[in-house]
Amino acid sequence: MCDSHTEKSVIRSEKLNLYYGENHALKDVSLDIPAHRISALIGPSGCGKSTFLKTLNRMNDLVPGVRIEGQVLYKGQDIYGKDVDVTGLRKEIGMVFQKANPFPMSIYDNIAYGPRTHGIRSRARLDEIVERSLRDAAIWDEVKDRLNKSALGLSGGQQQRICIARALAVEPQVLLMDESTSALDPISTSKIEELAMELKNRYTVIMVTHNMQQALRISDYTAFFLLGELVEFGDTQTIFSRPAHKRTEAYITGRFG
Amino acid sequence: MRTDFDRQLRLLGGEMREMGVLCQEAIALAAKALSEDSRELAARVPPISAALDQKERDVENICLKLLLRQQPVAGDLRQISAALKMITDMERIGDQAEDIAEIVSSMAPGPRPETELLGHMARAVIQMVTDSVDAYLRQDTELAAQVIARDELVDGYFEKVKKSLVDIIVAGPDLGGYALDMLMTGKYFERIGDHATNIAEWAIYSVTGEHRSEELTSG
Repeated sequence: MCDSHTEKSVIRSEKLNLYYGENHALKDVSLDIPAHRISALIGPSGCGKSTFLKTLNRMNDLVPGVRIEGQVLYKGQDIYGKDVDVTGLRKEIGMVFQKANPFPMSIYDNIAYGPRTHGIRSRARLDEIVERSLRDAAIWDEVKDRLNKSALGLSGGQQQRICIARALAVEPQVLLMDESTSALDPISTSKIEELAMELKNRYTVIMVTHNMQQALRISDYTAFFLLGELVEFGDTQTIFSRPAHKRTEAYITGRFG
Repeated sequence: MRTDFDRQLRLLGGEMREMGVLCQEAIALAAKALSEDSRELAARVPPISAALDQKERDVENICLKLLLRQQPVAGDLRQISAALKMITDMERIGDQAEDIAEIVSSMAPGPRPETELLGHMARAVIQMVTDSVDAYLRQDTELAAQVIARDELVDGYFEKVKKSLVDIIVAGPDLGGYALDMLMTGKYFERIGDHATNIAEWAIYSVTGEHRSEELTSG
């Protein structure tokens, strides 16, 4: 059995509190995310799991009235520190959203967008990055003959993999996935799940999911959130076979409310 | 929120209780047939064993349906998977009661000094089976632990049966066939005790998620 305490951690929150105005959305969340593993964040709607995910690459910064206390340490450094370069942080910690959101441009330009932003101009270098990223996202074979066509012409599942490829193009260390398969059919879902499992060899994957079976199928660790609190974090098989907390058991067995 | 699922879990519990009752009846009848040397009583055991076979399939169907449709986790998963393992032992208990009954039906008449000792064994294993199923239904790990402890008592009885049969064989070679029949009977009771122990271990698993013989949840 694996133990999260013996794993090497990549990102850690310490006594993280987040307020949206009066709403205390995250309460003293301390969580150590193991490197090169898939960690699933589960819990009912409004429990704070997506909010927590977004704090990991400062996607909440722009929300009006947001206030954050505590620390998020990435490689030992507080990402909310004064001289943190947020663009650089998001290069390291990429995100894929619930709804595929390719830019209204060609497949090639979608993938090349990030590297170009970071100053890469060489066509040969960009070609190389585009091919590697699309291969890593398991969609190269499906799009290699239409790289100059609009990404918007692809199916939902393909668009989502384009978004994953776009996130991978800047060579992140951590990939955040916010319900990234919830709008997809079972085949596209299983492609993305397999992809996540392959990616964990090189990246750390943190995913929010409402699909309990998905958390069971692919995650190594599961965190259960409720009303802004982290109730339980542990290896997925233990959480789903003998959770330590009654509230976790009540939620995963559908006895909630 | 999960009314239908809870109803099916109660149905599963009811079926497990009935299987437990059938097991007790089969053992009690076989033991009575032995002590009263009654072929008629012995003839009533095979139909109970057949009913247990049928119940095993019924419970299996309920469990597989629940696994497929409800995709249970945590306590629900443990309750269902424990039931799936327990019914194999319960079905075997029926077979062994039937084996005892078969020996009774074919035994030659004669003195049977060991039947009293075998009667003690029978009562002990019936109690074990009853308690192990109850422990599962009531989620009572203490009761399950008592069942597991009592298995040593049954093993002790079996040792006594063996010793006394050795004396019989030494005393008169013509009693060899009888001694073998009694040895087999004792062995079947002893095996029933082992099955009850298995059931009790699954009852504990269904509560704690930990099984005595192995770490089931490690990945």
